[in-house]
Amino acid sequence: MARNREGLVLVLDVGPAMHSVLPDVEKACSMLLQKKLIYNKYDEVGIVVFGTEETGNELAREIGGYENVTVLRNIRVVDEVVAEHVKQLPRGTVAGDFLDALIVGMDMLIKMYGNAQKGKKRLCLITNAACPTKDPFEGTKDDQVSTIAMKMAAEGIKMESIVMRSNLSGDAHERVIEENDHLLNLFSSNAIAKTVNVESPLSLLGSLKTRRVAPVTLFRGDLEINPTMKIKVWVYKKVAEERLPTLKMYSDKAPPTDKFAKHEVKIDYDYKVTAESTEVIAPEERIKGFRYGRQVIPISPDQIETLKFKTDKGMKLLGFTEASNILRHYYMKDVNIVVPDPSKEKSVLAVSAIAREMKQTNMVAIVRCVWRNGQGNAVVGVLTPNVSERDDTPDSFYFNVLPFAEDVREFPFPSFNKLPSSWKPDEQQQAVADNLVKMLDLAPSAKEEVLKPDLTPNPVLQRFYEYLELKSKSTDSALPPMDETFKRLIEQDPELISNNKSIMDSFRGSFEVKENPKLKKASKRLLRDKPSGSDDEDNRMITYEPNEKKIDVVGDANPIQDFEAMISRRDKTDWTEKAITQMKNLIMKLVENCTDEGDKALECVLALRKGCVLEQEPKQFNEFLNHLFKVCQERKLSHLLEHFTSKKITLIPKSEAADSDVVDENSGDFTVKQEPMIES
Amino acid sequence: MELDPDDVFRDEDEDPESEFFQEKEASKEFLVYLIDASPKMFSSTCPSEEEDKQESHFHIAVSCIALSLKSHIINRSNDEIAICFFNTREKKNLQDLNGVYVFNVPERDCIDRPTARLIKEFDLIEESFDKDIGSQTGIVSDSRENSLYSALWVAQALLRKGSSKTADKRMFLFTNEDDPFGNMRISVKEDMTRTTLQRAKDVQDLGISIELLPLSQPDKQFNITLFYKDLIGLNSDELTEFMPSVGQKLEDMKDQLKKRVLAKRIAKRITFVICDGLSIELNGYALLRPAIPGSITWLDSTTNLPVKVERSYICTDTGAIMQDPIQRIQPYKNQNIMFTVEELSQVKKISTGHLRLLGFKPLSCLKDYYNLKPSTFLYPSDKEVIGSTRAFIALHRSMIQLERFAVAFYGGTTPPRLVALVAQDEIESDGGQVEPPGMNMIYLPYANDIRDIDELHSKPGVAAPRASEDQLKKASALMRRLELKDFSVCQFANPALQRHYAILQAIALDENEVSETRDETLPDEEGMNRPAVVKAIENFKQSIYGDDPDEESDSGAKEKSRKRKAGNADDGKYDYIELAKTGKLKDLTVVELKTYLTANNLPLGGKKEVLINRILTHIGK
Repeated sequence: MARNREGLVLVLDVGPAMHSVLPDVEKACSMLLQKKLIYNKYDEVGIVVFGTEETGNELAREIGGYENVTVLRNIRVVDEVVAEHVKQLPRGTVAGDFLDALIVGMDMLIKMYGNAQKGKKRLCLITNAACPTKDPFEGTKDDQVSTIAMKMAAEGIKMESIVMRSNLSGDAHERVIEENDHLLNLFSSNAIAKTVNVESPLSLLGSLKTRRVAPVTLFRGDLEINPTMKIKVWVYKKVAEERLPTLKMYSDKAPPTDKFAKHEVKIDYDYKVTAESTEVIAPEERIKGFRYGRQVIPISPDQIETLKFKTDKGMKLLGFTEASNILRHYYMKDVNIVVPDPSKEKSVLAVSAIAREMKQTNMVAIVRCVWRNGQGNAVVGVLTPNVSERDDTPDSFYFNVLPFAEDVREFPFPSFNKLPSSWKPDEQQQAVADNLVKMLDLAPSAKEEVLKPDLTPNPVLQRFYEYLELKSKSTDSALPPMDETFKRLIEQDPELISNNKSIMDSFRGSFEVKENPKLKKASKRLLRDKPSGSDDEDNRMITYEPNEKKIDVVGDANPIQDFEAMISRRDKTDWTEKAITQMKNLIMKLVENCTDEGDKALECVLALRKGCVLEQEPKQFNEFLNHLFKVCQERKLSHLLEHFTSKKITLIPKSEAADSDVVDENSGDFTVKQEPMIES
Repeated sequence: MELDPDDVFRDEDEDPESEFFQEKEASKEFLVYLIDASPKMFSSTCPSEEEDKQESHFHIAVSCIALSLKSHIINRSNDEIAICFFNTREKKNLQDLNGVYVFNVPERDCIDRPTARLIKEFDLIEESFDKDIGSQTGIVSDSRENSLYSALWVAQALLRKGSSKTADKRMFLFTNEDDPFGNMRISVKEDMTRTTLQRAKDVQDLGISIELLPLSQPDKQFNITLFYKDLIGLNSDELTEFMPSVGQKLEDMKDQLKKRVLAKRIAKRITFVICDGLSIELNGYALLRPAIPGSITWLDSTTNLPVKVERSYICTDTGAIMQDPIQRIQPYKNQNIMFTVEELSQVKKISTGHLRLLGFKPLSCLKDYYNLKPSTFLYPSDKEVIGSTRAFIALHRSMIQLERFAVAFYGGTTPPRLVALVAQDEIESDGGQVEPPGMNMIYLPYANDIRDIDELHSKPGVAAPRASEDQLKKASALMRRLELKDFSVCQFANPALQRHYAILQAIALDENEVSETRDETLPDEEGMNRPAVVKAIENFKQSIYGDDPDEESDSGAKEKSRKRKAGNADDGKYDYIELAKTGKLKDLTVVELKTYLTANNLPLGGKKEVLINRILTHIGK
């Protein structure tokens, strides 16, 4: 196995107590394998299940024991078979012993790789850890676990345990659970092992890291307090968005008989003087330009090179400040983590001293960073302490980018105190709100924090991989509906709601909202939306009036029909605006370009007028008409001027639209709407 | 900030908000700066930043505008502006009115987008003002001249450009005269006041807003009630709010203008579903977004005219041009799985665009590493749904009181995200509002986005070194010494951006020298060298490193470098020269080739052929 390949053994509890969550375990594992097929297709995977009726593993055959542990698959390169396999886990019949299963998994890894592949061997245990483990032949369970853990550490095997306990019944198991948790903790302190406790299926899906990314440092170098005092640090990304895979474009142009067709699509950029010209400008005849006000300033690559802002790699401390000076919403980007260079003990100490003292006194550090030489810009950011809870993990800092002066737009907003009192809650309403904020609690002390980001999977990715799998079986399969498990992410928890029904009801009762009756036209859909959960929710977003052909542009061919269709669209507020603007442009085009199409222009003007009266937009029309008149005068377009003077076209007066500032008598007099002179 | 010429290749998923950036570009603003140039503006002074120096009100007004012009050209280059002085000796305006001078530079309309030349010449306006424009009170008792009236008229005429539906139109009026008609005979005063107010009202009726930036005398506060409250149409409620400490200092004025020049733009209208049957209306504002140098326009290097860029998709098999939308594929299980663009967008659509409340958590649950991109500011609106503001304020207060934040699901981004709504109380200082009241929406990462780095650095069973009491004490002393007392988040200008625009300005004006820009982000060397600071750092260093001047002793093994060295031992395994002669280098593996390259300090990048050629060249020497 080459570098950067992983050997993974999934150790899955399929005992009776797990049956209810096995579908979610299957989902999580299948996602993991799917991603391996796409991103890490040389990774190797084995599967061990325990709690099965039968026994089937090498250790049992060689030395006996290890009952009810079955190797579903030996370690092999990931393939479609295993991806399929993991979706049909057997349902076991007995309570399995997770220690036995772990040993079987570990044995497989050791036999397969020996001492090689340090750190690339992984055991992943998913269990409820609620069943008793067998006593070892000699010594205590603690001794046994410590021995196994040390063996793992020595072999460079990593372990992660996901303990899923949603609805444990009765207290009979309490002692067992306590013991098991203790044993799992022993793993953590003796090997590279971590245990994640989850309570909901959603967290279970989120707890398994399905995408393996090799961590790469962004920066290795000095954190400079001043030129004489430097701390050696490494910087990694702590948060980076996982996106959908980049899908390639596909060409179906090649004839089906062409066996060697690559079906690839190439993107070509042509640079031309004008859109019509066929002449293409060679790369060396192009120069980059930047907009500066009205001008576009050309800059040659040499100029950029010699003049640009130059940076030197490094992290420099600017100072410390109180944490309250840095409001949380100023964090600009994804987050980095700054860890001390693991080989430099003194640096580990220095980071530890500063981080702990920062936490103690509620301070943060402001630093200026250039991650690599020649980087286009420096960043200013804040270091916040990440004091480790585990003894064997060094302390570190989180790094967040802060905005520059240019990035902030300071708009003033009315102070809440100064709003009219009818807009403010009274005491009773405030009490109701307090109650809601208190009781709609997602982090109750006794239970798991619900929707913790660290355990919440991305629903879109989940859905994509599910769809991909379906499509691989049948090309025309339909998009599956949203997975039920993800309802907890998109909607309020029905249990939480029903427990707090009276609070919800009184909140609804205390804060009545109503549509603004003065608001005319579109966009009244706000309140009309059905409560969530209705199945047509997705559809409703995209289909407003399914039968209507949607016009979104006023074309040259049938401008009047287009305009009328568009102006009456109600699915978005800005259609009216768009329609009017486009119609105006079209009229100007007609007027400016062709002299013989005066009649068409006239028709369009009349249609625009009608539309503006209907939509009560007199100003739009009147202003435009004044403008049009001026243009006609300037260009001496007599045939149109005629219509003006014959009062075929008039301004929209008050009687037709209340918003108009044109009195009825003057509606034909748009020409004289000039500034009154000062009487002097 | 990378100058990325390949911006066009950007992933389609990237930056879902870019759409509203563009939308913003399209909507523009027309501004007229009206500056009172009466002698009183020159004779009145304010204390300046530097002690013992007084600055005239005129200087304050002009410097503010100069600053504002620069930010226009950078951030909002579509806006059109005009600069207009009144109470001037010379006149220059289309209406030919006395006492009004519209300042402009060649190759530019009176109201137009700012140009480099405008900025340059306006920077020097104070030197040439007396010669070219001159100051002269326009309102004198025995004539019926009314320069304020004329100024409003000229400004309004300038603002006739553009439709009031698609553009914001505003006037900024700088003056220190709170009673322009004060020394007139009572009958004339009434008449002049009436006509001027009528003029202002006409202006406002046309959808143009008038904003006043008054400057106070050191000994006498600008009294807005005398005249201007009627002109700008304030009622008595608003009066008390209207800038309590108007224009005392240059800095205040700059702040005021900076805040007011930017029109408030709603980035998104959001429906906030609190529970089934109760939804309120919110507006989302992008108060924090990284400023970037703007996109690249390709120019024809001989004419400097913009080049039309055409993108075409070409099938590599047949050379045919493909039409949008093009199918996508994902290789999976030895087949190519096809997706149409429509299908992909359906996959991403998992909920409505609404913001759904899910519950509340204590603020301590919001970890420092839960961040992905800039937050969005939320403020309620009663425009469509009456009662929204009340419900919002109630929740806002409770959340601040109970130190909790709301968790919600927001469908308005791709992909939809879990968000934290953090209530922010209003913070005010002398200069005005520092933090507006409302909620900040922070986009939370999913489990898939968070990486386990800590784990990577733990050594099982081996306790990580922790700081001792003494070291903590020294660290504490260090932190106290290096404390930035009144640090504010956005005090640094972006050095690369400043540089970029300095370059543009120099090229635009054909100047040989680019004006130096200061990098404010560098540490304060002077402060760092203060003896007390140096001592605190020295003490901390001593407590960590001891007396050892060589700072670091390596505790762990240098695994990586050792491995590399081990590799080097093998390089005697092959006779590369012999292999090269016989052309057998290609039989070696890339790893083996790299062994040679490493041993000879040659670059390791490239494909196998490249590596072989590199070795051949090296041997050839």
